[in-house]
Amino acid sequence: MQTFTQRLANPTRFMALSGQLLPWIGGLACALIAMGLVMAFTAPLDYQQGHAAKIMFVHVPSAWLSMAGYALIAASSFGLLVFRHPLADVSAKAAAPIGATFTLLCLVTGMLWGKPMWGAYWVWDPRLTSVLILFFLYLGLIALRASIEDEALAAKLTAILAIVGIVMLPVIKFSVEWNSLHQPASVMRLGAPTIHPSLLWPLLVMAAGMTALFAALHLKAMRNEILRRRVKALRAVEVEAAGGLASQAAE
Amino acid sequence: MDLGPHAAFIWAAYAAVVVVLAALIAWLALDGRRQQQLIDEFEARGVRRRSRHAGEHPEIG
Repeated sequence: MQTFTQRLANPTRFMALSGQLLPWIGGLACALIAMGLVMAFTAPLDYQQGHAAKIMFVHVPSAWLSMAGYALIAASSFGLLVFRHPLADVSAKAAAPIGATFTLLCLVTGMLWGKPMWGAYWVWDPRLTSVLILFFLYLGLIALRASIEDEALAAKLTAILAIVGIVMLPVIKFSVEWNSLHQPASVMRLGAPTIHPSLLWPLLVMAAGMTALFAALHLKAMRNEILRRRVKALRAVEVEAAGGLASQAAE
Repeated sequence: MDLGPHAAFIWAAYAAVVVVLAALIAWLALDGRRQQQLIDEFEARGVRRRSRHAGEHPEIG
């Protein structure tokens, strides 16, 4: 009996299923983000940071998704190298620009939060620096793949780099404990969250909405990548047919 | 809406998210449309994937 992932290994089946799911996931993302924004802008003020804490509602989900996106790439890369799943490389390739975008958003919104709270847009703090390295790692994955013409080789080398680069995730997670200016984890920590429920709920709804958006974007990017590979296959068929006609004419 | 003395930073953060995500969504939508257009052009010229005949999917992997 085929597993769910084995059934999805058929790109035609994946295209049909993702085509049906995409509007629903996109709609869910829009609804959750709209609800999260209303909750965020009607939430009580933070007792220390006042209105500036509202940046948290876009900064924290971006930070979580920057790391989740990389974990997805690493898991897909593992799927390619170990199980040779036909869609694993499609997934890894599709997730890279999306993960890089959320990492960029994490850095930009963090800088815009840092200036009024810390007095500086940027400090070479362990958390900020490790997230910047993650952003460069994403760019490295995209650049490495783009620099190699042989698609199968590019997929393997990119997968190896992605798996090696996963070392950055625990570094980012625990960097706040290394003499960091950045506040420690207040939601994803051992024990109960330290954030007040009046701010926690809008944050969780925004995080759920942005996660659904990430999922919708990833599905769309995977669909695009499958179409791109079909275009490549069609081009090869056309070139081959043209070559065959030319050799017939020469005879 | 009064967002206090740091309103500019708050609006800038939300604007950055909206602009960057809108650009990403637009890029993905246009890219998908472009790839589909290319496939339609090939099919209009009578070019078909071998996988359609063989029932395999050589474009993946």
